[in-house]
Amino acid sequence: MSKGRPTGWLLALILTWIVVYPIALVMVDSARGDAGWTTQYLTAFLTDSHEWGALWNSIWLSFASVVLAGIIGIPLAFVFERFEFPGRRILGALVALPAVLPPLVGVIAFMFLYGETGFVGRAVAALLGTQQAPWRLRGWGAILLVHAYSMYVYFYLFTRAGLAKVDSSMIEAAHSLGHSGRSTLLKVTLPLLRPQIGAAALLTFMTALGSFSAPYIFGGGFRVMTTQIVTSKLNGDIHASVVETAALAAIAFVGLVLFRRSQGTRSVAAVGKGTPPTARSLVQPLARWSAAAVGWMFAVILLLPHVTLLLVSFVPVGTWTTQILPPDYTLGNYQALAAEPERLRPLVNSVWMAAVATVAALAIALWAGRLIVQKQVVLRKPIETLTTLPWAVPGTVLAIALATTFSVNAPWVGRWVLVGTLAILPLAYMVRNIPIVSGSVLAGFRQLDPSLDEAAASLGASRWRIVVRVTMPLLRPALLAGGALAFATALGDFVTSVVLYTFDTRPVSIEILSALREFDIGVAAAYGVVLMLISAAAMVVGTRR
Amino acid sequence: MPTQYLQLNDLTKTFGDQIAIDSLTLGVERGTVLALLGPSGSGKTTTLRLLAGFERPDSGEILVDGRDVTKMSPAQRRFGMVFQHYALFPHLTVGENIAFGLSERSTEQQKQRVAEVLAMVDLEGFAQREVTALSGGQQQRVAVARALAPEPRVLLLDEPLSNLDPGLRERTRRELRQALSQTHVTTVFVTHEQEEAFALGDCVAVINNGALEQVGTARELYEHPETRFVATFVGRASVLSGTLVASDRVRVGTGIEWPCETHGEVSAGAAVAAIVRPEAFRFTDGVGVVGTVVERRYTGARAFFLVEANGATLEVEAPVTAAQMGDQVHVTATATRVYPEGS
Repeated sequence: MSKGRPTGWLLALILTWIVVYPIALVMVDSARGDAGWTTQYLTAFLTDSHEWGALWNSIWLSFASVVLAGIIGIPLAFVFERFEFPGRRILGALVALPAVLPPLVGVIAFMFLYGETGFVGRAVAALLGTQQAPWRLRGWGAILLVHAYSMYVYFYLFTRAGLAKVDSSMIEAAHSLGHSGRSTLLKVTLPLLRPQIGAAALLTFMTALGSFSAPYIFGGGFRVMTTQIVTSKLNGDIHASVVETAALAAIAFVGLVLFRRSQGTRSVAAVGKGTPPTARSLVQPLARWSAAAVGWMFAVILLLPHVTLLLVSFVPVGTWTTQILPPDYTLGNYQALAAEPERLRPLVNSVWMAAVATVAALAIALWAGRLIVQKQVVLRKPIETLTTLPWAVPGTVLAIALATTFSVNAPWVGRWVLVGTLAILPLAYMVRNIPIVSGSVLAGFRQLDPSLDEAAASLGASRWRIVVRVTMPLLRPALLAGGALAFATALGDFVTSVVLYTFDTRPVSIEILSALREFDIGVAAAYGVVLMLISAAAMVVGTRR
Repeated sequence: MPTQYLQLNDLTKTFGDQIAIDSLTLGVERGTVLALLGPSGSGKTTTLRLLAGFERPDSGEILVDGRDVTKMSPAQRRFGMVFQHYALFPHLTVGENIAFGLSERSTEQQKQRVAEVLAMVDLEGFAQREVTALSGGQQQRVAVARALAPEPRVLLLDEPLSNLDPGLRERTRRELRQALSQTHVTTVFVTHEQEEAFALGDCVAVINNGALEQVGTARELYEHPETRFVATFVGRASVLSGTLVASDRVRVGTGIEWPCETHGEVSAGAAVAAIVRPEAFRFTDGVGVVGTVVERRYTGARAFFLVEANGATLEVEAPVTAAQMGDQVHVTATATRVYPEGS
């Protein structure tokens, strides 16, 4: 199709401009001063032990998060995929719950729950008869706790999906060749799951490396790269923040390459077709009930942060002092959210910005998907890479890159002043959303029968009509699923917002933070609950078939 | 019946309220190949999975060399299994796949055995290859080699040729036959194609609805089918309903009586099903069943004619020139077998 070529170029250009160009500018800026090229800022970074410490912390914390999340997520996936026990279906769905909790909301829920003045903290203090809980939710331990809670979901979901595809005759073959259950697990099942486990490890590493909310709230004196960047930026030390951003981007890139390489090149796609193993009913009553008990206990632990948030959202300001449970409850916090224009504003902001960003990302994903599945399009491989690239860029890096690029007015090199305008946050959200929706939409495109397009064309339908009447309806599940996930992510965004927001465009996450600063925990929790509910509603719509 | 090397005694297996295998008793002589032949859903694959130990029977026992293996795990039985879709481990090379069942041997011994079985299936030098890079026929041979490598007591094959192109099937069948006869391993394989069963099996067990219909050589099954199912399932045959008039005469229409051989409990006057092979039919001039030729299929000098007669479709083998499409013809039979109606 000759028409495919120019559009391929145009999309590649747009994606390069909003994804690659800003990051390249940051890289260049890290080596430029007011008087041209210089290594002075780089040298300053390399000789500062604080910076080194933060860099090292970011790296080991990310690896530790991968290990911890894997230890929880992989066995859990086996339990839910391989055994049948009471409550398996509903628990299996609940276990993925942390995925709908925006990072900042999750962090404050943990604070209300496990913090020194949280429910568990107060209960333990009362039990021990002390004034305070015998721990402080601070430093790397607290960050790892939050990471494990929110990121084991990747391992759980990926491993389950992989297990569902493992051909049961592979396992039977190993048994009939004389291997025990344990040996089969180590030599056949786990190696077959390597692509999925590798993908989950990569995703966890990237998420942990870019994690900002947990270190920001719980870090205390424990510095990581993301918090360093934002601190430098807020302190007005632009040069330091740019060099730090470049360093984090470099680490992310190295991590990406290392994990990809460790996934191996050998294809493990099954030879021939097979049937997945069906879940084995646990017939022994003891095994049945202990599996169910472990499952339910886990579900309670998972649900506690959500319940905590809900409970705190009904607490009137200043009433919860020394009691284990808050003494008074009110709907006032929610009323304040709805009635006071200044309180409602951030909610409205977040919803419209997330919606615009999602729709824009969907449009780009559709455009890209159509081009990528056509063999004739020259730039299909680069376009596919460009749509997945923002995923490997920590949110803080992207925010600094966009702040750097779009704070200068130089239209002839593609730079306009967008920082401080309404456009910058939706733009940032959209760039972060592109990989999320593209992954889903592209998978949808690849399942489409290409002859459907040709059939429609042979029946005389125009290109637009094909897109609207054939492609879009068939892609609806993929569009909805990708769109819902993207919308929920953008709605709860904190990491890019904290760098790019203005007072007029402040999103909910920023407002939660300021409510916390004023010790207005009820309002902060109420915002969190509203975010959680909107995200959950979006996910319900998105996963409906 | 004396106990054979591999003996299945009264095996029964149900899934829910569905009976998959109904008190199946069957023996296989040491070093021979038994084909389990039956339509899909007949229970033949379940039988194979019971033998492999992937399923446990509700009752009955499986003996190998006189010893009960029913309660043993698949790993303890030392049976080799070739899966329908081969189930080669995609993360391992050809050599590693074959050595998978040899973990108790030293590395040197493993290497030697891998080379041995690869030679047996005509794949010398393939040990380092990726299994994903092999053709379907090569994958099938690797699967056989992997199952044979640990020198199994019994080899089981699930539809071993069903995944291959028709062109490749015949060659692979010959090679498989050769590999089996080289190793003298007692073998049970499952198939729904009689040609495959007859070509590979020393003995064929016909299974229907979870029960054994008949065991025998190809010739025995074709010439002396003990049940109506075997008579119609093995080889071509037409079915007519009729009445037994004497122990060797069956009436299939007014005044039309054919010679017959009776099976099962039938006495004169009973309603029976008469089974006729195509080669036992003759076209005649005005004698026998009247019908119309609706199809003629050439197979060289002779042809198969489909004749519609009184609601039955008769398949007649005759010289090509014997009749034309649309002709009104008379058909008679020189030999029939009758079974109780509804059996």
